[in-house]
Amino acid sequence: MTAALFEAEGLKKSFGGVAALRDGRLRLMPGSVHALCGGNGAGKSTFLSIVMGIQERDAGTIRLEGREVRFASPREALAAGISIIEQELSPIPAMTVAENIFLGREPLRAFGRVDFAHMNRAAQELLDRLGFAIPPDRMMMDLTVAQVQLVEIAKALSHEARVIIMDEPTSALGEHEADQLFAAVARLRAEGKGIIYVSHRLSEIFRIADSYTVFRDGAHVGSGAMADLTREGLIQMIVGRPLAEEFVKANRPGGEVTLAVEGLSRARLLRDVSFAAHRGEILALYGLMGAGRTEILEAVFGLADDVTGGTVRLHGAPVRIRSPREAIARGLALVTEDRKGSGLVLSQSVRANIAMAGLEGLSLGPAMSVRREKEAARRMIEMFGIRTASDQLDVSGLSGGNQQKVVLGKWFLTEPRILLLDEPTRGVDVGAKREIYRIMSDFAAGGGTVVMVSSEIEEVLGMADRVVVIRDGRVAGEVGRAEATAEALVHLAA
Amino acid sequence: MQERVAAGGPALRRADPRDLARRYGILIAFAVLCVVLALVNDNFLSTRNILNVLRQTAINGILAIGMTFVILARGIDLSVGSVVALAGIVAASLATTSSTAMVAGGPYPAALAILVGLAVGAACGAVNGAIVARFNVPSFVVTLAMLSAARGLALLYAEGRPVPALTEGFRAMGTGSVLGVPMPVVIFAGVFLVAWWVLNQSRFGRQVYAVGGNPHAATVSGISVPFVRLSVFVISGALAGLAGMMLAARTGSALTQAGIAYELDAIAAVVIGGTSLAGGVGRVTGTLIGALLIGVMNNGLDLMGVESYYQQVIKGVLIVAAVMLDQSRSRRD
Repeated sequence: MTAALFEAEGLKKSFGGVAALRDGRLRLMPGSVHALCGGNGAGKSTFLSIVMGIQERDAGTIRLEGREVRFASPREALAAGISIIEQELSPIPAMTVAENIFLGREPLRAFGRVDFAHMNRAAQELLDRLGFAIPPDRMMMDLTVAQVQLVEIAKALSHEARVIIMDEPTSALGEHEADQLFAAVARLRAEGKGIIYVSHRLSEIFRIADSYTVFRDGAHVGSGAMADLTREGLIQMIVGRPLAEEFVKANRPGGEVTLAVEGLSRARLLRDVSFAAHRGEILALYGLMGAGRTEILEAVFGLADDVTGGTVRLHGAPVRIRSPREAIARGLALVTEDRKGSGLVLSQSVRANIAMAGLEGLSLGPAMSVRREKEAARRMIEMFGIRTASDQLDVSGLSGGNQQKVVLGKWFLTEPRILLLDEPTRGVDVGAKREIYRIMSDFAAGGGTVVMVSSEIEEVLGMADRVVVIRDGRVAGEVGRAEATAEALVHLAA
Repeated sequence: MQERVAAGGPALRRADPRDLARRYGILIAFAVLCVVLALVNDNFLSTRNILNVLRQTAINGILAIGMTFVILARGIDLSVGSVVALAGIVAASLATTSSTAMVAGGPYPAALAILVGLAVGAACGAVNGAIVARFNVPSFVVTLAMLSAARGLALLYAEGRPVPALTEGFRAMGTGSVLGVPMPVVIFAGVFLVAWWVLNQSRFGRQVYAVGGNPHAATVSGISVPFVRLSVFVISGALAGLAGMMLAARTGSALTQAGIAYELDAIAAVVIGGTSLAGGVGRVTGTLIGALLIGVMNNGLDLMGVESYYQQVIKGVLIVAAVMLDQSRSRRD
């Protein structure tokens, strides 16, 4: 048995008497990709912040190449050869790609002048080595979210660390960029580095990981080789109980068209997009990142001011929706892909967030009815099983899955008939995902219409009755549930 | 309702003394200050002195309440001091017996003058708000421009001269009293109660917090962000107009240089009261305490015979301390 590159044992951490991590352990071999799995609140983040020296441990040991280490700051961890690619991006928008990569350690010339030529060259070499096609002199603010993510990855790798931690690195990436990332990961593995890979996307884990560790409720529950593990087995370990099925689907599409989009165009973004969704149907819009799926939902919901043509029909009648307010009044609801950016007001309570889109229904004239508001929050918390000690807690303290259910609760309060969902399960753990699928399915089964944008192909195949594939702002094709396969969708989308 | 939400997250539920200090720090500081002043000076707790403090706080308090609306919605209003002067001058010109400063046909009834003064303030606010909401210009810049423009308009309107000899009816809002309580205190209390109701109990209040907390989420949720932005500036402008008239009424004449730098004390009261300049978090009760704290401090230092220059230094220390307290609170969350 070869020596471990990195080893953590018995890590413990409590916050004010509440144990966030009871037994964190992980053994990483050189030249391998090790998946760290667990639901929200399983203790992964605490584990990683202890490893990186962001938080102090209460107990336990960490060894790097056999030597015991205890970092007081991420800087020390980095110096010792452990780097992390964080889930939340922190680019400096008004600086170039190269400046961001070499931030704080810019190559200097005489009198402390920054050697830009040298820096750009070094950045170019790094990006080439990773296979990322991004010009090093481009401003960060001119990049897409996916490109920013790739730059962050390049930055972390530029430290020449031996242990690289990736925390949900693909959450903002499309298929194509994700493939680039996986190729880079394979190269790093071949160079003998160890990679700790955290992701909620099981298909990714099965694709790139060699071994796994699962945490649940703050403790290690299992580890081993990926080759000995099935998808069901992994889910069961993460959730702690057998799941009947990953996807829940009980709806039957009816005949009546509820939402029809005809010839929709937006300046530079969409060209002549047409599709129809039926009563009781879950319709998926599938496509690569940037293909125009989100832009379609925005246009339907009155969030786009650059619509150049096209008609939207609701229940057969043409409508002009110029603002979200009008959209809501017509029975539409939009769960945006960016939960923190445009879904929630993080500084406010669960209750205030649930009430936000339905204030009219919860007030008498200009006055809010606190009684109705409380009642509405209670109903939604029960209906969606939102786990929160009180509806008065700040929504920022909830897990990703529970936050997403708060967003859904906000919209269900407006009693929509058509639900537009943009990446509804992004950053949500397996257990909460299943609950969200159940909510979608129940809504459609009750006569509602769901239009879902998703980049996760299993989700599209598992939930959709029909898939409309979008490519470069146009409809590239339409596939029914029976004919839909991963190959067919990817082929149409790329 | 908003009260507790704004005050803290789950980490603050437990009765940890340090958390309590963070949460109620300003209230505690206020109470301690009052106790100390009462101990060192017999006059401090006299009814006369308390009413005096409240009267002196009323104008800054009213400006600070308007400022609270703007800051909660992620804006700032630097123009209130100049609007104080402009609204005061215009209203006074309708309610003066001085033949040189009078508008033709005057003096008009006090009620009309007051309505016009409120309208002038609201109009200044509407211009601020419209530019901010429609053209997305940062409110710092727009209201900085208004700070200059409104002062200029006041000087132009009054030809640089004060408007003296205001009618008794108009002066009542500065010098009158109800059941022994000075009129400025009555007005201040009324403004506070209405503002408290609007921010905590009305639909519009929820919209203000939502727009300040996350304008994108508010837009997607069907809230008209431009309307809310416009409205908070109109509220701030109208309250500045009210404060300007109270100031003129108290002194008996309206001055073109009235209200200079008043925006700074108003912002200080809001910040000391725990409202975040980032928007979406804060309470109007905090602003009330912040304004009272400044008022009591000035009064107490006066009673103790401390030079007024020191008062400014102490106010500066207080502002920074309040913000540091707030920062440590948000880090915990």
